[in-house]
Amino acid sequence: MKPFALELKDVRKNFGKTEIIRGVSLAVETGERVAVIGPNGAGKSTLFNLISGRFGPTSGDILLNGQRIQNKTPYEINRMGLARSFQITNIFPKLSVFENLRCAVLWSMGYQYTFLKFLSGLKDANERTDQLLEMIRLDKKRDVLAMNLTYAEQRALEIGVTIAGGADVILLDEPTAGMSKSETSRFIHLIKEVTVGKTLLTVEHDMGVVFGLADKIAVVVYGEVIAFDTPEAVRANASVQEAYLGAPVADSQAGGH
Amino acid sequence: MAAVYKFKPYNVGRWVIWSLFALVLLLAPLVFTSNLSTTMLAQMGIAVIACLSYNILLGQGGMLSFGHAVYTGLGSYMAMHALNAISGGTLNIPVSLLPIVGGLTGMGFAVLLGWVTTRKSGTTFAMITLGVAELVFAMSLMFSEFFGGEAGVSGNRVAGQPFFGITYGPQVQVYYLIAAYTFVCVALMYAFTQTPLGRILNAVRDNPERVEFIGYNTQRVRYTAFIIAGFFAGIAGGLAALNFEIVTAEVVGAGRSGAYLLFTFLGGATFFFGPIIGAILMIIAFVLLSELTKAWLLYLGLVFLFMVMYAPGGIASLIMMNLRVAKYGKLRQIWTSYLGLGLTAIVMLVGAGAMIEMVYHLQLNTGRHRQVHGGHPEHQRAGQLVWFGLCHAHGFGLV
Repeated sequence: MKPFALELKDVRKNFGKTEIIRGVSLAVETGERVAVIGPNGAGKSTLFNLISGRFGPTSGDILLNGQRIQNKTPYEINRMGLARSFQITNIFPKLSVFENLRCAVLWSMGYQYTFLKFLSGLKDANERTDQLLEMIRLDKKRDVLAMNLTYAEQRALEIGVTIAGGADVILLDEPTAGMSKSETSRFIHLIKEVTVGKTLLTVEHDMGVVFGLADKIAVVVYGEVIAFDTPEAVRANASVQEAYLGAPVADSQAGGH
Repeated sequence: MAAVYKFKPYNVGRWVIWSLFALVLLLAPLVFTSNLSTTMLAQMGIAVIACLSYNILLGQGGMLSFGHAVYTGLGSYMAMHALNAISGGTLNIPVSLLPIVGGLTGMGFAVLLGWVTTRKSGTTFAMITLGVAELVFAMSLMFSEFFGGEAGVSGNRVAGQPFFGITYGPQVQVYYLIAAYTFVCVALMYAFTQTPLGRILNAVRDNPERVEFIGYNTQRVRYTAFIIAGFFAGIAGGLAALNFEIVTAEVVGAGRSGAYLLFTFLGGATFFFGPIIGAILMIIAFVLLSELTKAWLLYLGLVFLFMVMYAPGGIASLIMMNLRVAKYGKLRQIWTSYLGLGLTAIVMLVGAGAMIEMVYHLQLNTGRHRQVHGGHPEHQRAGQLVWFGLCHAHGFGLV
């Protein structure tokens, strides 16, 4: 049997005596798009931090394509094919857009820590970077410093840096946070486009986006996954409605999209 | 489009700049022929390598090191011992290769000490480098066999077989050796900024956390860069040993480390060529300014203070800013303001300088002749005049 792209087995995380993640089990199949939803402070970002190696879990197993990753560092996990974006834009402010993306491409192209080759001579890496620039529609901003981009452009670059290494499993932490309605819909289109064929996990607050993007929805409340199913099933789930959505709100938001 | 863009750097501009640089190195001693200027030029070459190597840490890697002199200094010591071994006949390498010995020493110690220091970044890194620097300085007083105690270690650079008649006896021969090393090292360090590791080092400077999530171990990036910086620092140290023919404990001291930091920053850490300007200023300050006035450290401190507050990009960034203004043809519009600014600045500087000099004079005299407060009436009067002038200058500046 083919292993799950990402599997969490009874993952727990305590900060001191406070239990933030209280036994999460989740199995995501290759190519699935999963939206992780839940109220503020439910532990969604912590969950992403555990998966991507920013923190180690207190107990439990995390498997990426069948391999344990729970005690590995972020860069080791990244090399195994998992990349993530951040809720607060996390790019290289004093490097140009092109350099931002090229940095993110280098490892996957096998250039590692070399200082015996010139960057300008790395044809494949430069081509891949130019290709990425077009994918995230920033080819006109190629040589602009990342810190001089607009907010929406920085968010796009954030996604670009995340997908640049060609990881199979992509975690996006609130990719549309702080965007206007029209920007959001354009951006969701972009995300769909650049993550074709990949396993995608995304934290999202906008219910319209969630129901439009996801194959499956995981509802996290107080550090537990109370539902993990197709959007329709989650919407119909009584405990989800009670705990998080509130029936009328959910219906109006989903319907309004 | 990409092809066009990449063609540009190989274009005329780059060749012109590097040829000019080589030409300046080649012709400088022919233009400035006095003994003093040859010595200064030699020291400048050494300082350029040292400051650029420091900038690999500060400007490119965001590592604020307070102990870079450890690597230049230990390079100096080892090169000096090697020189003495050549003189004694126990070692058989050309004197021209001694800087490489220094470089390898700097690199070796960077491998050893950098392993500890680069485990952390930011403030912790700065603290550890400070600790390591103190440690090495303390060692220099303990192990006098290697460090030569207070007198230091001296040697004679005219040793071994002359190479095509080059004995390194005359200062100008040493200058050309230094110039050759300077050119090669500057070129290599520039090349480093254009490699994958060099670019990732910039990324580590900007946002180490994110670098971890694109597959790189930031610690290893910092460590490798630290070793490379140590190598070039050691070369500078080796050249200094040859140039001065004496190495004392102060070369590993905190003062030297502080000077590298200060002048790299003054020159401009954000641009590659910034530290070159800084290094030249360093030698001018150390050799000329210190001769001119006893208060030179005070001036240096003031300049540093103002640069940190008002031009944190250093002189290089000021130059680049004005070049950009000139490129868009806007310099014409603001040159009158620049002139005004320059004039008021001069008035203010002269005022401040005169005051500082007088206070220094007064203080030193007080110490020497045990004079009571007040001093000579002329001093007082002159002081009042200066206060008056200074106030005026301030008034001008404000308007």
